[in-house]
Amino acid sequence: MNKIKLIIAREYLTRVKKKSFIVMTLLGPILMAGLMIVPIWLATKDKDIQIIEVIDETGKFINQFENTKTLLFEHQFTNIELAKENFYETKYTSILHITSTDQNSNVKMYYKKQPGISTVQKIKHTIENGIRNIDLENKFKITKSQIEESKPKVDIESISIDIEGEEESKDVGISTALGFGGAIMIYFFIFMYGIQIMRGVIEEKTSRIVEIIISSVKPFQLMLGKIIGIALVGLTQFLSWIILTVLLYSVVMAVFMGGDLETLSQGQQALDNPEVQEALKAMGGADSLTPKAMIDGIMSEIPLTKLLLSFLFYFLGGYLLYGALLAAVGSAVDSEADSQQFMMPITIPLIFSFVVAQTVMENPDGPMAFWLSMFPLTSPIIMMVRIPFGVEIWELLLSMTLLILGFIGATWMAAKIYRTGILMYGKKVTYKELWKWLFYKG
Amino acid sequence: MDLLHVKRVYKSYAEHKALHNISLHVKEQSIFGLLGPNGAGKTTLIRIINQITGPDKGDVFFQKEKLAPKHIAQIGYLPEERGLYKKMKVGEQALYLAQLKGMSKREAKLKLNQWFEKFEIDGWWDKKVEELSKGMAQKVQFITTVLHEPKLLILDEPFSGFDPINTNLIKKEILELRDKGSTIIFSTHNMESVEEICDDIALINKSRKILDGKVTEIKEAYKSNIFEIVFSGNMIAFSTALWTAFEILEKKQVDNRIHVKIRANKASDVNELLQVIVSKVQVISVHELTPSMNDIFIQKVQEVMPESLEKEVINE
Repeated sequence: MNKIKLIIAREYLTRVKKKSFIVMTLLGPILMAGLMIVPIWLATKDKDIQIIEVIDETGKFINQFENTKTLLFEHQFTNIELAKENFYETKYTSILHITSTDQNSNVKMYYKKQPGISTVQKIKHTIENGIRNIDLENKFKITKSQIEESKPKVDIESISIDIEGEEESKDVGISTALGFGGAIMIYFFIFMYGIQIMRGVIEEKTSRIVEIIISSVKPFQLMLGKIIGIALVGLTQFLSWIILTVLLYSVVMAVFMGGDLETLSQGQQALDNPEVQEALKAMGGADSLTPKAMIDGIMSEIPLTKLLLSFLFYFLGGYLLYGALLAAVGSAVDSEADSQQFMMPITIPLIFSFVVAQTVMENPDGPMAFWLSMFPLTSPIIMMVRIPFGVEIWELLLSMTLLILGFIGATWMAAKIYRTGILMYGKKVTYKELWKWLFYKG
Repeated sequence: MDLLHVKRVYKSYAEHKALHNISLHVKEQSIFGLLGPNGAGKTTLIRIINQITGPDKGDVFFQKEKLAPKHIAQIGYLPEERGLYKKMKVGEQALYLAQLKGMSKREAKLKLNQWFEKFEIDGWWDKKVEELSKGMAQKVQFITTVLHEPKLLILDEPFSGFDPINTNLIKKEILELRDKGSTIIFSTHNMESVEEICDDIALINKSRKILDGKVTEIKEAYKSNIFEIVFSGNMIAFSTALWTAFEILEKKQVDNRIHVKIRANKASDVNELLQVIVSKVQVISVHELTPSMNDIFIQKVQEVMPESLEKEVINE
């Protein structure tokens, strides 16, 4: 036991003391913040203001176009030919030429520089709305103010009723985001640190130190020590990232709070901007997340404890399972380049589960979601995605049990392969041989 | 007394038979040469003694006790394929390896400092292994092998990668360690060093032991009463002095000296021959040509296994 501790300590300390680790730990949150902030910043800053000259031959769209921060409409009562001729002498970025209010109108837009799709969409929408309003007024005598009066707004509160009739309202959005976020973290953790295990094993093999070490400790101890040591490195990194991010966030907040209010309101506007929310959604794969909503969500009755405990379990379980397999791969090859053929069957379930996570979210109780959340190689990610939607307790327990069994099985297998593999040099190993190694006697 | 007793050990991997009925006695405080061509099974045997792998059949006894994990701390092993963590500092690494062998950190540090001084490498503590030359790294490896003062030291090709100066340094250390009480198993193809430092040997070929015993006794058993006589004078006078007990194997003249190799029926005949020829030629030197370990090694390995024995093996 003491020897495992020594191995863990070495694996941990040599990695944590590396410059690359320290740099990554410090830069991680900055990069992450950058990843979050830059698209928002781009969405707000980068957009130049469009001033659109509207030439409305029907005369019915006056006051129909609403100016926004980036879109300014100006009606000009002039000839289209004249406007086109003088286009480059004016401040306008494009000319909108409306000739009719027919249902299937053809509207022309002349521009100097191609406007963004969202701008075009917005204009299209406005014109369609305008035509509808005109139609409503002309044909059904409904005035614009009457339409304004009827603008319903609906919020749906989802409440689950369990078998005992107990009601529980859930904010599915937030917990889904948390579950998905957890799944992403598990995915990256397994990949980043699982590969490190494999590299570590290959390093020991190619530097030929392994035989010296296993004359002092059992191969299994060496393998386990490495897996645990590297897990601690990963946890250290994640923890420092969380702490640093929180610090960074508070510093940034303090600066904003201390700064002029306008900056803050701009920031808020940026978040309210549908395009920005679209961007956020694309990044997080979750519903629109304003900081306020986030906090509100956490405060409300999300199954937070359940989520957190399951996260920890699947995080460690998944890592240990994949870690053992990757250690075995490392022991069977002489260099990382040779590892490809054995990596494939291991990485495929991992990548697959990450890819189908989105589909699982759409149908969290379907057969695919169920079976993938039972299979130990996919369950760490898929179960994390499913939990926010409510998973029967027996399913959760079964999945966890299977993961534990999977881990024990994988470790047993890995230990067998590892024991033989680390002393095998200069030989291309095949699957058939790996299979044989499983049955060698100590 | 035997420090290590290997008793009827068998080991095979899938279709490959690595060790077949191997028995060895390694005496305490001796240097034991484990010889054999590549792939003979030496490394497998060494790994069994180190408990890296176990025998299929048979036992190994360490000081009359069955080999167990507690003996690991009393064995030091320098494998043939050896290396160190490249990115780790020399001192840290040596400390780590010593602690894995069960030494306390403080004790290991103390001993390491002594050894580093002895090998004149005290400035290396904070160097990374990748900065060292191969020979330098070998020194560090040797130190980490002997640091915990093991009763049994297993050195697999210890001189490979060393220049002559460091080879001598290590040789001296090995002899010194034996004199202080260590027992050393020494695996090599380098027959010169075997004659120089080994007390006993065992020769393994194709997974079987084909020869073992004291080096002096083996050489005695394999000598064939060949003598080289160097003299100046008349070759005819020399030849006529011989009688039927002798056979001339080779003669050559270097300047005015004649070198003759003769085989005698028995060693005592040479004495009588000398008495006859001293009066006829000027004898410069006489010496017995004993076979080198190298000759014995090659002779034994090339001996073809009798067919009957081969069949017997298959039937087993």
